[in-house]
Amino acid sequence: MTQQSPAEGSRSLPPLSDLERGRRVYRHRQARRSVAISLLSTVVFAVVIALVLVGSPGWQVTRDTFFNPEYFWPALPKVAEGLLLNMQVLAIAVVGVAVVAVVLAGLRSLKGPVFFPLRFLAAAYTDLFRGMPFLIVLYLIGFGIPALGFSDKPISVVLLGTVALILTYSSYVAEVLRAGIEAVHPSQRLAARSLGLSHYGALRLVVLPQAVRKVTPALMNDFVSMQKDVGLISVLGAVDAIRAAQVIVSNTYNYTPYVVAGLLFVLFSWPFIRLTDWLTARQQRREQIGGLV
Amino acid sequence: MNAPRRSSPPLRSPEQRRGDPATTAPRRSSPPQLSFGQPVLQLRGIVKSFGANHVLRGIDLEVARHEVVALIGASGSGKSTLLKTANLLERIDDGQILLAGDDISDPRVDVDGVRARIGVVFQHYNLFPHLSVLDNVTLGLRKVRRLARADAERRGMTLLERIGLAAQARAYPDRLSGGQQQRVAIARAIAPDPELLLLDEITSALDPQLVGEVLDLVAELKGAGSTILMATHEIGFARRVADRIVFLHGGRICEQGPPGQVLDAPQHPQTQEFLRRVLR
Ligand SMILES: Nc1ncnc2c1ncn2[C@@H]1O[C@H](COP(=O)(O)OP(=O)(O)O)[C@@H](O)[C@H]1O
Ligand SMILES: [Mg+2]
Repeated sequence: MTQQSPAEGSRSLPPLSDLERGRRVYRHRQARRSVAISLLSTVVFAVVIALVLVGSPGWQVTRDTFFNPEYFWPALPKVAEGLLLNMQVLAIAVVGVAVVAVVLAGLRSLKGPVFFPLRFLAAAYTDLFRGMPFLIVLYLIGFGIPALGFSDKPISVVLLGTVALILTYSSYVAEVLRAGIEAVHPSQRLAARSLGLSHYGALRLVVLPQAVRKVTPALMNDFVSMQKDVGLISVLGAVDAIRAAQVIVSNTYNYTPYVVAGLLFVLFSWPFIRLTDWLTARQQRREQIGGLV
Repeated sequence: MNAPRRSSPPLRSPEQRRGDPATTAPRRSSPPQLSFGQPVLQLRGIVKSFGANHVLRGIDLEVARHEVVALIGASGSGKSTLLKTANLLERIDDGQILLAGDDISDPRVDVDGVRARIGVVFQHYNLFPHLSVLDNVTLGLRKVRRLARADAERRGMTLLERIGLAAQARAYPDRLSGGQQQRVAIARAIAPDPELLLLDEITSALDPQLVGEVLDLVAELKGAGSTILMATHEIGFARRVADRIVFLHGGRICEQGPPGQVLDAPQHPQTQEFLRRVLR
């Protein structure tokens, strides 16, 4: 058929005009100036903050209780070990959240009066757990389930914390996914169904993949905030990073271990935060190919 | 054997399945249980309303094997609605739809099985943007017909070569022109070798210079023996490929016949009026 061959290579382009050359020199100079200005203002800002901190009346005491190297290094291995537990819980919870959230979002996307009870249940679930503070969910699950007395042996607090995390975050993620599903144009479902795919097949093969792409930044955000909230399982007594720090603090009355834990959490989530930013930027670039604004 | 089977699912008989080895691409063959000359599609007294808007008021229409029927009519005359009812994308309010003799308006019918037997091409292509061109074409083969990926892709590549887009097999739809996308959509629709092809104004979203390549492909499908029911506003094209022109007006078939008759010597004043406006 009539296929256009790719246009001749750039070699055949005429040489750059003086006009364009001038524009490029100007833009280059402007770019360098912007970089210089932002560098300078950043440095000035950092210096001001440092001076204010160091100059504050309580700086000596604050430094010794929060940023004390004597406590920093000894605390590091113990807190890091605790963080390992946080990571394990997170890994399991993420899988649980993915499964439960997809099922919830799928249920809520069912059409027709027959499915009203299912839709209603899914909606009630998401409303409940989105509205309830995570700490409360943790307490209710962590202390409520063992109180029911189903098991003679004590139930692992790590397990209970993981369940609580899944309950809360699956409701957030389900809502994000549902928004994504609704953002996929109905004609896509129509096209999928007219190929003979079932409702489920169309959802799995056509709608969900597009929905997930649309909401990836939001999902990553939920993931990052989950990375932090996984530290709350310490309130149940699980010896995670925060709990490990707490133990040291209560023995030494020095708060540096908390800073250690905080830094470790930041370090742990930092790659994902960058990844989220990168994904968001890439999606934006894709959606406005060729635009200047 | 040739009596219209009032079939509940599955619609494809077991013999047919066995004779359709998964390793070979689906063949174009008339199902053995059909008597020759049985219409592929029979619409009997189709009624469809949207609230108080009575779009179809009793449509009787048959499409024979290898026949190309063009639906024409003003915008809003119900062409799309008629095509959707034939594919069970809209539920009819009354009447009966037979596909190769099977009553597919029976609520016990396997809806997905019926749709797998009918290919549809929409005005706005509706390709799946997250799938490559080849995956778009083979999705139905793999997930509905359950062909192995390798077999599905062999058939998919054959089709893409036929429509001149083999080089773009791994590209994503947004890299293609409108005409190319629509040709891929046609390839996707014919990949499972459907008994009937429904085309809904497939060129009306295209730039004029891209219309030709799509229409040429449809003409080629006709040459290869496809059974086609199409809504179109390309009167010249309808004249070229259609065996029969059906003019819809007021929810009924106002006039129908061979192109030479309906287009050149329309009997009904409404048809004359419509053609005067579109041919102007
Ligand atoms: N899903 C729908 N809900 C309500 N009205 C509809 C729907 N689909 C089509 N209609 C109405 O049915 C009539 C016929 O539409 P359509 O079949 O799309 O006509 P055509 O394809 O011939 O332009 C129009 O009046 C349209 O507004
Ligand atoms: Mg239409």
